[in-house]
Amino acid sequence: MAGEERIYPVVPATPGSEPYWEAANAGKLLLGYCKPCKKSYYYPRGVCPMCLSTDVEMRESKGTGTIYTYSVMRPAKPPYVIAYVTLDEGPSMMTNIVDCDPASVKIGQKVKAVFKPREDGTKIVCFAPA
Amino acid sequence: MSTKGKAYIVGAYEHPTRKAPDTSLAQLHAEVAKGAIEDAGLSKDDIDGYFCAAGDTPGLGGNSFADYMGLRLKHIDTTDTGGSSYLVHVGHAAQAIAAGKCNIALVTLAGRPRSEGVQTGTNPRMGNPSQPDLQFEFPYGPATANMYAMCAMRHMHQYGTTSEQLAWVKVAASHHAQYNPHAMLPKVVTVEDVVNSPLVADPLHRLDCCVISDGGGALIVTKPEIAKSLKRPLVKVIGTGEAVKHQMGGQDLDLTFSAGRWSGKRAFEEAGVKHKDIKYASIYDSFTITVVMQLEDLGFCEVGQGGKFVSDGNLISGVGKLPFNTDGGGLCNNHPGNRGGMTKVIEAVRQLRGEAHPKVQVKNCDIALAHGTGGSLGTRHVGATVIMERE
Repeated sequence: MAGEERIYPVVPATPGSEPYWEAANAGKLLLGYCKPCKKSYYYPRGVCPMCLSTDVEMRESKGTGTIYTYSVMRPAKPPYVIAYVTLDEGPSMMTNIVDCDPASVKIGQKVKAVFKPREDGTKIVCFAPA
Repeated sequence: MSTKGKAYIVGAYEHPTRKAPDTSLAQLHAEVAKGAIEDAGLSKDDIDGYFCAAGDTPGLGGNSFADYMGLRLKHIDTTDTGGSSYLVHVGHAAQAIAAGKCNIALVTLAGRPRSEGVQTGTNPRMGNPSQPDLQFEFPYGPATANMYAMCAMRHMHQYGTTSEQLAWVKVAASHHAQYNPHAMLPKVVTVEDVVNSPLVADPLHRLDCCVISDGGGALIVTKPEIAKSLKRPLVKVIGTGEAVKHQMGGQDLDLTFSAGRWSGKRAFEEAGVKHKDIKYASIYDSFTITVVMQLEDLGFCEVGQGGKFVSDGNLISGVGKLPFNTDGGGLCNNHPGNRGGMTKVIEAVRQLRGEAHPKVQVKNCDIALAHGTGGSLGTRHVGATVIMERE
């Protein structure tokens, strides 16, 4: 099933989220970071969901993590692997597992960020086996 | 302030249709409203409170639907928590009635996704881009089926739950559906039928998924004095609870349990009853895994033991310890508007009144629970629990 790739739809950025998408297009995954909590969070936003502080910024993730759970969407053409990946920085994020046979995907598998084209040619983060 | 015993469900009506290509959404709402009002022995102008979910009543704040039905209202609440909305509405109606804001509340649900050709489970639906999570999730193709599938996958990994155990939920629902002349899938199925049906989203098979149907339902909730003046059996609301579960910035992601862990505790505490007191349970069954997780969350079994709990017919009326969804549930009967909370309350009311089908009626059914989840167990959702007692 590998080989044929999904075309990623573009959802418009909202005020404040543009840096995330600009970074993704440059091959970087950004996380939210709360300075008072000293913790990362995902998705990035203008307040920390743990303490509601606005003393937050976006920081680059190492782009490495572990598959928390996944599922293969069979009726889709092509079928795709949706997953949550727990990043080494702590937060978990929804993503797709790509560049591999869906049947080989396992919970606990180490993965790394890869960047795939969207409909408009800009890029979005996905994960592939490390 | 507790609302225990301050409200009664005196009317309940489920639309018999499962496919309504020639009936409008508003007409379905009106038909179920009429059904519930007549079931209660009331008339339209007795209604002074209206509860509906914004998502299945397009137009601002329920106004258009109040107008369509000509309701004269002094209280309106259009809280939308997806499929659990109507369980939430029972709690909110009890609160409004206890506070004197209205006397007789109507709750309606209707939907026609089947006629509209909505591929609810497998086709991701684009929402409003201002929904803050949408841009970070929608591109990855979250449909309904693969979101619940990810819960099942993790539950299996963490607790050893099996596809055969999940299948027992469907088997039990089908045993009940065979007696429901309106059920979409009245055929009794086996564990083998379920696990041999095609995979939709691993590990969920086609028969692990609920049906897509048109239809609807309605309830009438009122205060004790009025309930006791009517001729219907008395179904008293003794405990309600709601809770929201999300991800806390990805720091709290745990797909092995639902908000039912919290809403259930609140409802049980208010009702002052124990699990052994519950004779019948309506449990939202969008997928088989939904039932397994919610039974654990509500405390009917230990965390991680839901698979074992549902096995061997334990949910079949007259066979197991906890009869559930005796109308066939969302898995076999119907799932009007992709929102299953309403029919959960309606079947619980039937059981408490002794009006369920004789083949599935639970003996001496004096206390029942209805629970549902709205939104997605795979992302964020609202759980709502209602405990009712026959008086």
